[in-house]
Amino acid sequence: MSVITASNVDVFYGKFRAVTGVTMDFNANEITALIGPSGCGKSTLLRSLNRMNDLVDGAHVTGEITFNGENIYAPDVDAIEVRRRIGMVFQKPNPFPKSIYDNIAYGPKVIGMKPSSMDDLVEEALTRAALWDEVKDKLKQSAFGLSGGQQQRLCIARTIAVKPEVILMDEPCSALDPIATMRIEDLMVELKQDYTIIIVTHNMQQAARVADKTAFFTALPDETTGNRTGVLVEYNETTKIFENPDDQRTEDYISGRFG
Amino acid sequence: MSTLTTQGGPAKSGRPSGLSQQSPRYGEKAVYLILRISAWLTVLITAAILVAFAIPSIEFFQQVPVLDFLFGDRWAPRFANSSFGVLPLVTATAWTTVIALSVAVPFGLGAAIFLSEYAHPRLRKVLKPVLEILAGIPTVVYGYFALTFVQTTVFREWLKLPTEAFSVLAAGIVMGVMIIPTIASISEDAMSSVPQAMRQGSAALGANRMQTTLRVVFPAALSGIIAAVVLGISRAVGETMIVAIAAGQQARIVGNPLEQGQTMTGFIANAALGDSRVGSLEYDTLYAVGLLLFILTLIINWISIAFVRRFREVY
Amino acid sequence: MKPFTSIGKIAAQGSVRGRAKGGEYSPKSIAFLLILWASLALAFAFLITLIVTTFIEGSPRLNSMLLTEFPASRPTQAGARPAILGSMMVIAFTALFTLPLGIAAGIHLEAFSDRKKWWNRVIELNVQNLAAVPSIVYGLLTLGALSALGVKDKNIVAAGAMALSLLILPVIIIVTRESIRAVPDEIRQGSLALGATPLQTLFRQILPSSVPGIATGSILALSRALGEAAPLLILGALVFVSFDPNGLLSGYTTLPIQIFNWTGRPQEEFHILAAAASIVLLALLLAMNAIAIVIRNRFQKRW
Repeated sequence: MSVITASNVDVFYGKFRAVTGVTMDFNANEITALIGPSGCGKSTLLRSLNRMNDLVDGAHVTGEITFNGENIYAPDVDAIEVRRRIGMVFQKPNPFPKSIYDNIAYGPKVIGMKPSSMDDLVEEALTRAALWDEVKDKLKQSAFGLSGGQQQRLCIARTIAVKPEVILMDEPCSALDPIATMRIEDLMVELKQDYTIIIVTHNMQQAARVADKTAFFTALPDETTGNRTGVLVEYNETTKIFENPDDQRTEDYISGRFG
Repeated sequence: MSTLTTQGGPAKSGRPSGLSQQSPRYGEKAVYLILRISAWLTVLITAAILVAFAIPSIEFFQQVPVLDFLFGDRWAPRFANSSFGVLPLVTATAWTTVIALSVAVPFGLGAAIFLSEYAHPRLRKVLKPVLEILAGIPTVVYGYFALTFVQTTVFREWLKLPTEAFSVLAAGIVMGVMIIPTIASISEDAMSSVPQAMRQGSAALGANRMQTTLRVVFPAALSGIIAAVVLGISRAVGETMIVAIAAGQQARIVGNPLEQGQTMTGFIANAALGDSRVGSLEYDTLYAVGLLLFILTLIINWISIAFVRRFREVY
Repeated sequence: MKPFTSIGKIAAQGSVRGRAKGGEYSPKSIAFLLILWASLALAFAFLITLIVTTFIEGSPRLNSMLLTEFPASRPTQAGARPAILGSMMVIAFTALFTLPLGIAAGIHLEAFSDRKKWWNRVIELNVQNLAAVPSIVYGLLTLGALSALGVKDKNIVAAGAMALSLLILPVIIIVTRESIRAVPDEIRQGSLALGATPLQTLFRQILPSSVPGIATGSILALSRALGEAAPLLILGALVFVSFDPNGLLSGYTTLPIQIFNWTGRPQEEFHILAAAASIVLLALLLAMNAIAIVIRNRFQKRW
């Protein structure tokens, strides 16, 4: 059952068309990976799904993106609420300059959640992010004291604390070492039982390891401007993409003929 | 008891499923309004300056022709046989400014080059506060120093120079020292912003540090340095207390820096000490000179901003 | 491939050891370095001379009388008490007037104004201009504004605070903007991605991180205001004050004004008083700057 659908979506930065003609469904409780070479609009598309692109001057979206059947770009839609329900983890971990506890507690506080016990909520978020055991004795210490991998799990915990339905991850492991990466990938597989996860990754093996479905993007040059616009080439079960892709370009990318 | 139950799929936990705004957030709208009004108040201030200066100035220029004001060479606003030629004030200001810059520019740039290109980081940590202290000394204290030490003790007692109680030179020199930190810190920022890659490229060719500094770094930072100097000019033109105390109170065309003279700011300060009825010609004179001062510093500042912008574009 | 012939044979060019002619120890280089040292030495020497001479001149009168007595026509009985109290009161009110306004304006300009609209660029340019206007102009402005409002006696604390507030307002705005700008954008994005509003992000994440910078800059700006005399002179502050200031509408004097007053007298004893009062003023400024630096070093976040 699809949670987010994109119908013929183009994303522009001013006059520059970053990605075009994207039509795809994202299913509930699955991990979907967006892969492809640099500059083909994967991150742009991802950030359009929770209206983070609104923060960029001149960014706008044509086509329709729906969440639970509602168009998230309709005029009366509250982008703030969209962002709570569709959370985001960034490429470089970005904890707040606060304690570990306050990092987690921040989200629930500002959106007006009034949990019966904030301590319990923090503990649960950290447990679900596989971080609780490592930080339970230092909740009041600064988040900056954690390692890169721990900080990224903290960011995941913080996102979970506001009860989203979808978690977007923009190259979440590219700043981490292989061991930390592995732990986050294990975490993703656990989390998909409760959340829908969409990740952008440069690491094909990662997509092959964790994703249920994979979408391959590439960039087409525009003859007139010379700019490259991203397009969705193929979107299918991960096993099909990697073992028997329909499109030659997908096959070329997978087999490393271009990167 | 899990507080994060009922996850995944469409919202089922009693929250409204719509995405439209839950609450109109009136409090936030009010805050945005307050912030916006605060910013606009700054425009109001400039408008107020212009109005406050325009009204008396217009009255002034109804009585004194503009050309007489700008180019007349006798400034005697309070005498029976009054004259309103502002040239004496302007030349005195020019003298103090030039003298100040001839102190501030070489030594300010020297300090900047040393701090940016030569100084060991620990030495910088000690020296920069010295400059900051110089910048923080109140101008009255500088003025007192100019009058009692520089003019009286050094010029008259030690050097036995032919000078009276006040001199444009004493005020100018002390003003120059006051401006050294301004020129030094902005120039040093400009030079520090020049990328290290440039210095390394020069060194790799076999240039020594002096050559790299003078031929590569300095020209690269030139716009920023010019901005610093122009800002120094602006501060010199607008400075009041040092000249009011040490430069003198006689408005006359200054020919020799050891003489005294009254600058534009000195006139405004001294005239305001007397009693000027609002609306009288004396009162209007204050604002006419003030307007000239304001316009001059405005032009100088625009020039400085233009150079800063050019510098920022490059890096 | 043709051998390179235009450069000629690349001959051995001598040892690289020893002090080369054009190197760091060439006469020109050394002379240059000496000139640079001299520049700094001059600034340093001037500062030392100023402080030392002021101290020497003023020390005879550095006694408690300075702090407790009122000005008098007989220098032996004069003190700077109303000036000290007046300075403190005027600065307190200046902070009250200018900090909320300046910080609010700075927040708006940095966080919420659309830079593409031309009028917002005008506001920015305007603030930059105001920051460089001579202080005496603000005195004239306040004088004119108060006259237009019909205020007869402008020698009141409120007027002095108003003039100084206008003077340092642009600096407060600029300092606020720079402090906010220094907070990395990732923090902002992380907060918004959780579903916080821009205003919540500002007040709960960005401002708390900017506070040390704003505090340091504000204290430095206020210390500059403490040392200002020109705008207050215009407002008629150079009068004989023999009472403690007691409110917004009270007459007053400040330390810089008192120093100016005493410097202008012919008698040598008053000059000594001026020097002593200068020492008090410098001590106050040193204290304020020290607080600002402590705040900066202890609380400023390093990203």
